[in-house]
Amino acid sequence: MSDLMKVSSNPHIRSKATTGGIMGAVILALLPATFFGVYNFGLHALILILVTVASTVLTEYIYELLMKKRVTVNDLSATVTGLLLALNLPPGAPLWLGVVGGVFAILVVKMLFGGLGQNFMNPALGARCFLLISFTSIMTNFDCDAYSGATPLTALKAGESVNVMDMILGHTGGTIGETSMVAIVAGACILILLDIIDLRIPGSYIVSFVIFIVLFGGRGFDSAYISAQLAGGGLMLGAFFMATDYVTRPITKRGQYVFGIFLGIMTGIFRLFAPGAEGVSYAIILGNLLVPLIEKVTLPKAFGKGGERA
Amino acid sequence: MNQNSAGERLYNGIIKENPTLVLMLGMCPTLAVTTSAINGLGMGLTTMVVLALSNAIISLLRNIIPDKVRIPAFIVIIASFVTVVQMVLQAYLPFLYDALGIYIPLIVVNCIILGRAESYASKNPVIPSLFDGIGMGLGFSAALTIIGAVREILGAGEVFGFHFMPESYVPFSIFVLAPGAFFVLAALTAIQNKVRINGEKKGKDMSRIQSGCNSDCAGCSDSGCSRRFYGESKENDTKGEVK
Repeated sequence: MSDLMKVSSNPHIRSKATTGGIMGAVILALLPATFFGVYNFGLHALILILVTVASTVLTEYIYELLMKKRVTVNDLSATVTGLLLALNLPPGAPLWLGVVGGVFAILVVKMLFGGLGQNFMNPALGARCFLLISFTSIMTNFDCDAYSGATPLTALKAGESVNVMDMILGHTGGTIGETSMVAIVAGACILILLDIIDLRIPGSYIVSFVIFIVLFGGRGFDSAYISAQLAGGGLMLGAFFMATDYVTRPITKRGQYVFGIFLGIMTGIFRLFAPGAEGVSYAIILGNLLVPLIEKVTLPKAFGKGGERA
Repeated sequence: MNQNSAGERLYNGIIKENPTLVLMLGMCPTLAVTTSAINGLGMGLTTMVVLALSNAIISLLRNIIPDKVRIPAFIVIIASFVTVVQMVLQAYLPFLYDALGIYIPLIVVNCIILGRAESYASKNPVIPSLFDGIGMGLGFSAALTIIGAVREILGAGEVFGFHFMPESYVPFSIFVLAPGAFFVLAALTAIQNKVRINGEKKGKDMSRIQSGCNSDCAGCSDSGCSRRFYGESKENDTKGEVK
């Protein structure tokens, strides 16, 4: 996008971007993490992903039929929500959990507030937090065929040592889509190259998180600890795919930096000082709630308005 | 129905001006104590007793209390009844006393009670005020019990302590936590609004057809038209009830 806006006489150049196209690209970018999750955790993870996606799409379809609204399933946004939600579920979760989460994400978080573009909170994360509070024991049980025991972040919090290389590649326990930093960053590169997201939010998020960890983590500038914190949990998935959600991020550039820094600090607080090991999803939905305020404060002044009169 | 008759006051409190679902008053106990049906019912009935008695006494004293100090006077009356009720609960229903905890003394500042004292009891005779209190209290109890029951069913799989859901049901613990109260209250209010809007829509459509019928066919005698006339007369009745 050009920063310089010229208004000339018509015909104007029109962007070919459509919601469907953008959402399709997001799905494409999520595929590396999805494939890695299935490879890592096995068939049940694949079925869980399919069931969750089907439940979000069907919920949107049925709701729009019942309410006699235009059916917007083809814009793929429900598919993205379902996929993101599934990637945020533990691999051993029962299938009904995906369905409950999918219905909650679309029905309560998205549709009741007016559908795509009106939701005040990322639907996938809203549903994840709903499930996390409702079914804490299922949502924090990451035991499955391939892995058992604590996730790297939990181990890290308990002061144990972790294998950072495994965490970056993704050979660890965790939710289906969050484990492999490599796969997520590869997907994120696709989005950045296609100009669908930029680095303002993920960059300010990650940098402020690192600064917070260095200042308050109690280990100083310990590169192994920092890379473990970066590669562990949902930070990468959240920073690149969920904090950048078009609907629930600020639209002003300065606002996006503020948003990212807020997320970084909140994630740091949750990870270091809260009882749980992970806090990315709570940080992002809290940030989502502040977006209207952030936009209000960071709205650029219209040309010719404000300032002192000469 | 006469505007100040006992029946009308009860109907008004339970349905038309339901304090929780329509007036959105008393949200603090509504959200805080409805973790189960029995807690909701207990809170509702406790409030009802205080509301009915304080309404009656305030109505009795309405010509004696000077206008400038009416709020402190109301609060003293309400607080006295709350203290009585609190002691009775502590003596005879200790489990409810423990479950409701701080929210019993907080009935003193429940805005439903002060609201009814200010807007109704201080201007109306004793009997209607008493029934206004009972009606509002019943409306509050009904709403709290329903919210409590829904939260208990979803959040614990029980209602009034009886197992309700099949064994395999995994309770949504969020419904017995604070966010669940908001979800259930929002859903109930949405249902209530939907019913009201549907009713209004019907009334509106009816009146439009009505006027057309009046002007077009004065000697109209078909059954459909006479039904519309009936509909209008009924609608006028309900309009008359609105203060």
